[in-house]
Amino acid sequence: MDGELILALSGVTCRYPDAPRDSLVGVSLEVRAGEFHAVLGPNGSGKTTLVRAALGLVRRVAGRAEILGRPARDWSRRELARVVGVLPQREDNLFPQRVRETVLLGRYPHLSLLGGMGANDRAAVERALVACDAADLADRWLWSLSGGEYQRVRLARALAQEPRLLVLDEPTTSLDLRHEMELFELVRALVDAHGLAALMITHHVNLAARFADQVLILAEGRAVARGRPADVLTGETAAAVFQWPVVISAFEGRPQMIPLRKKENRP
Amino acid sequence: MKYVVLAGAALATLAAALLVGPANLPLADLLGSPIVWQLRLPRAVLAFLVGGALGVAGTSLQALVRNPLADPFLLGLSGGAGLGAVAAIALHVPGPWALPLAAFVGAVGAMALVYRLGLVGGGELDPRILLLGGVAVGALAGAITTAIVSLAEATELRNAFLWLWGGFSGASWTTVFVILAYAPLPLGVLVAAARPLDLLALGEEPAQYLGADVRRLKQLVYLAASLLTAAAVAVAGVIGFVGLVVPHVCRLVWGRLHRTLLPTAFLTGGILLAAADTLARTVVAPRELPVGIVTALLGVPVFAFLLRRWTVS
Repeated sequence: MDGELILALSGVTCRYPDAPRDSLVGVSLEVRAGEFHAVLGPNGSGKTTLVRAALGLVRRVAGRAEILGRPARDWSRRELARVVGVLPQREDNLFPQRVRETVLLGRYPHLSLLGGMGANDRAAVERALVACDAADLADRWLWSLSGGEYQRVRLARALAQEPRLLVLDEPTTSLDLRHEMELFELVRALVDAHGLAALMITHHVNLAARFADQVLILAEGRAVARGRPADVLTGETAAAVFQWPVVISAFEGRPQMIPLRKKENRP
Repeated sequence: MKYVVLAGAALATLAAALLVGPANLPLADLLGSPIVWQLRLPRAVLAFLVGGALGVAGTSLQALVRNPLADPFLLGLSGGAGLGAVAAIALHVPGPWALPLAAFVGAVGAMALVYRLGLVGGGELDPRILLLGGVAVGALAGAITTAIVSLAEATELRNAFLWLWGGFSGASWTTVFVILAYAPLPLGVLVAAARPLDLLALGEEPAQYLGADVRRLKQLVYLAASLLTAAAVAVAGVIGFVGLVVPHVCRLVWGRLHRTLLPTAFLTGGILLAAADTLARTVVAPRELPVGIVTALLGVPVFAFLLRRWTVS
């Protein structure tokens, strides 16, 4: 019953130019259609580098990265953008633009050099807007959106690419509880309803454990654990990775992490 | 619709350029007059083409360096062109094409130097370094130019300076045909880059995730826009503000997507410069103002207005 293998990394090691050490050491990962993967780990543990390595944006020192069975390096950026939609952590808005225009950018990898936007492109944009509950934002200016609305619009743009794999790099940073939950629910629903694969980098260990099928825990560029949340998110692992004492308890069958107070300060 | 309006405005501007001038021609003689066919028409067409080239070059450079205040001449090209022209005069290079050719060579030399500087951070062009490198190369060229000027005969250099301020008094059909043969290639490259340029506004990494080959895009756009500017400076000198203001006007009126922006910037730039040149040769007739002064006088207030809008939103 396993879905099609979309992203496969094996033994990936990366180093940025002039960096003193490898940013990623021998990391392996397999993401299949219909699976929601979460990547956890402290700041600087190599989470974003993992995405860049998977998509051929940083040079690999060792290991293999394949997308749909083809080495990541062999894909042109355009071909890749038709299969993988990415929400990077940061992006700029140099010139003012409206929501629908922004989502239209997601169709660019599908357009020919001279051809214009066709009916199916417009339909894909509207579908993406509806799927992200952003249809009534379509005519708003981008700068007038709240943080949660903005992330939904960026997700709609990635969906307009009609990808097989969604990659989200800390999409809920700076969102309040409701918008954060809505985004996790939305990604989960997209994975379940459309057979998409999702790879989400996040600091929210508990939400990752609630929503994701698989988690990968990174520390200093190495994979500390990989597997189902209930199997890998143990007290010892979490305490070692996040360098803070924690207890793990179960909620709805999923592990939840509670950080402890310092011993001398505990009530 | 917008193209109909712009084409209409372009034709009206060209017609006005043919009608007015220091030689007061009766309307009936207009079509038969050599003044119209050999002087006014090629001059107006050249001004239009140069304005269009500067509009397109400015639009794409602003997207490339991701700085809305970028101008085609900011990247050291005017300094290089000035050095070339002054050197040609100081060295007494003969021939009618000496000045434009020397200015072109100077501009392309500056472009090559800035390009090389832009690569210092590694294998990829860094737009921030392009901007800084452009300013540095411009300053260097300016220093050498001043050194030549201070050592040479003053009178003959006055021509070089006036020429640098821009003007179309030397326009001829030959110049028009040279530009018509030269400009389509860089213009075509930039129009083909229209969609990736939209993506670049998001940043280099997001643009790559949306399918843009950013590394190649930066090289092609920088070279094409600079070569357009170099040709413009060679036939018309340094004409400021067209490449700065026109992109912003077009963005405000027709939105920020380059598939629309580049053609409208071409037409708007052409209209603006053809109109400015008509003013330049008529307001103080029989003398002429350098057209760069007219575009600056028109451009600075528009620019100030835009800056205000920018800070308000």
